[in-house]
Amino acid sequence: MQVQSMHFQARVGEKLADARLQKNLKRLSEKFVTARTQAMTEIDFEATRDAAVERRNRAIDNLDIWLELFEKKATEQGAKVLFAENAAQASDLVVQIAKKHKVKTVTKSKSMVSEEMALNEALRQAGVEPVETDLGEYILQINDNEAPSHIIAPVIHKDKEEISDLFARVHEKPRLTDIPQLTREAREELRPKFLKAEMGVTGGNFVIAETGSVAIVTNEGNEGMCTILPRVHVVVTGIEKVLPTLEDFATMARLLTRSATGQSVSNYISLLTGTKAKGEPDGPTYLYFVLVDGGRTGLLGSEFQEMLRCIRCGACMNHCPVYQKIGGHAYGWVYPGPMGSVLTPSYAGLENALDLPQAATLCGECHVVCPVKIPLPDLLRKLRERQFDRHLRPLRERWALWAWGFAALRPNLYRLITGVANRFLRLRGGRSGRIASLPFAGGWTHYRDMMAPSGKTFTDRYAVWQAKKAFVRSDTRVGPR
Amino acid sequence: MTAESSPRVALYVTCLVDLMRPDIGFAAIKLLEFGGCEVIVPPEQTCCGQPAFNAGDRRTAHRLAERVLAQLEGYDYVVVPSGSCAGMIKVHYADLFSDDPGLKQRLTDISSRIYELTDFLHSVLKLENLPGRSAGCITYHDSCSGLRELGVCDQPRALLQKMPGLEIREMKDARACCGFGGTFALKYANVSSAIVDEKVGNIQATGSQAVVLGDLGCMLNIEGRLRRLGDHKTQVLHVAQVLAGDL
Repeated sequence: MQVQSMHFQARVGEKLADARLQKNLKRLSEKFVTARTQAMTEIDFEATRDAAVERRNRAIDNLDIWLELFEKKATEQGAKVLFAENAAQASDLVVQIAKKHKVKTVTKSKSMVSEEMALNEALRQAGVEPVETDLGEYILQINDNEAPSHIIAPVIHKDKEEISDLFARVHEKPRLTDIPQLTREAREELRPKFLKAEMGVTGGNFVIAETGSVAIVTNEGNEGMCTILPRVHVVVTGIEKVLPTLEDFATMARLLTRSATGQSVSNYISLLTGTKAKGEPDGPTYLYFVLVDGGRTGLLGSEFQEMLRCIRCGACMNHCPVYQKIGGHAYGWVYPGPMGSVLTPSYAGLENALDLPQAATLCGECHVVCPVKIPLPDLLRKLRERQFDRHLRPLRERWALWAWGFAALRPNLYRLITGVANRFLRLRGGRSGRIASLPFAGGWTHYRDMMAPSGKTFTDRYAVWQAKKAFVRSDTRVGPR
Repeated sequence: MTAESSPRVALYVTCLVDLMRPDIGFAAIKLLEFGGCEVIVPPEQTCCGQPAFNAGDRRTAHRLAERVLAQLEGYDYVVVPSGSCAGMIKVHYADLFSDDPGLKQRLTDISSRIYELTDFLHSVLKLENLPGRSAGCITYHDSCSGLRELGVCDQPRALLQKMPGLEIREMKDARACCGFGGTFALKYANVSSAIVDEKVGNIQATGSQAVVLGDLGCMLNIEGRLRRLGDHKTQVLHVAQVLAGDL
């Protein structure tokens, strides 16, 4: 997917002005946040996430070993494991597989890595029809290949009315408004595609080294149709998604669905191992794993390594005050919200995503809810350090910081400046104590009043106060005569 | 408490209290002295360095942190009337000093004795009553750093509940960020404003006469937005002011 993160500021303005989007985004907190809080009461969240951190760290610390073991085990089960250095290479591999097996139609279940790869576009160019079968992704695909705005709820930015209109227009059928009816209509559209597709592409929430399996967590059952019906099954996922053992997966599963949608368990959890063996009723004849690096090894051994623990639950964006106001599209690449603000600069280049590390209040809620305790605010701050060091911030900001730092390191100068600023602000505030516009602080005063200081600086007043106190003390020390 | 056993407390005033709301500094002194402390305001205070740290200017942040550390050594306790600045010193200085074992050790030596004001009054001094009288109906906003970095949540409420005549009405999403975020409020003012509107709405919905909080950034943000929206009635007060009797 092409990076659009450089248009962040312009997009944010549009998103804030979009009343319909604002209404739709409210569902995030109403639905996911509340449900997650409730679901976490069922388990010991802190203990479980400590275990999850430990297990994910074990996987990432020895990534090469587990990937080799996975390759060995999956190959023993009849699968072919391919590694791609970057997203484009991964796309090529999938296209080649499709060509090799003379595939015309590909059914897809949800995969964010396939978004990184811009896989649908690559398949189309090769004359293969990709069909998204996750309901949300299907809606986006028929809406002129719109990008998802959330990693779990890709269509959270749309309401039912918009989808009704879209279905009526694209399906050329009478407009329906009932959700079960709309879903049925989508199923009817998808069924013939399921039946004719020669290849299914799915993501993989995890791949399990000890068994060579892939774990896929879904709610709609479409994944089964993509993996059981076609001859060929291709799993695309990131190399960091490996887990050493099935027991590791059990720990992750306890946290993943609860963090994502607030479900104790999702409707479907599939553990798929190997090709159809002799005597087995179903399963693909050919099974491929395309494991994508796409910038991930660049994080290994760096101060951003902890990001590789991410299990793509989306809790950080659901709880992010900024995401809640602007939605996912403004972030401009595959992954939005706090995790996206770390991943986009890391995978697509810091210079292409200058706003993302900055566009956070660092409130810390993403860290608090993260099931694998990724210190997202710290990582955003470290990206800011890189921006600062590489001179990727505006000159005006650098200069202001320098001047402020210069003064703050010189208490006498600082006291002089704050004394003047204090007097200026009080004068400007007048009797109301409110300042409606200020030079160099237009961003603030465009939306808020600046409240004037309530008196002289503390430093000045304290000096007077102490002098008085000393006087009184010396007076009392004399005592009664 | 006798003079000999009075804990010597360094008050780290913070730059925003110094410049914008000096009364809060005096309210903090009043509360600490009421609790039997000898309060010292270490001289030459400027800023803890958080703006530089959050802007990615690690070098300036480090230089300021070194100065602040030196100012705050040698006391029984360090108390800060701001969760954000206390969090910076207690939590983030450790990161800044990570490559300097000497500074790191000096920080470790005082770290467990650095407190956010309400945490100190409640958990260390265990104040059972308060010097001031405040009455009315308030709602409490949890500021992000105090809440999430230092666990300040029950302490201010417990203290406020000790004030007869004061009623706390919890707002919806009291723990949610107000949208300040330091320079975020300037750089992404439109997003910040949309976030603070949620907060302002939740405050107003409680019908309280004041919103009480523990951090200056949130205070200026929320008050500035309330006034801009034409609400001149809802007071915005620092918890120290209320505990010292300003409501």
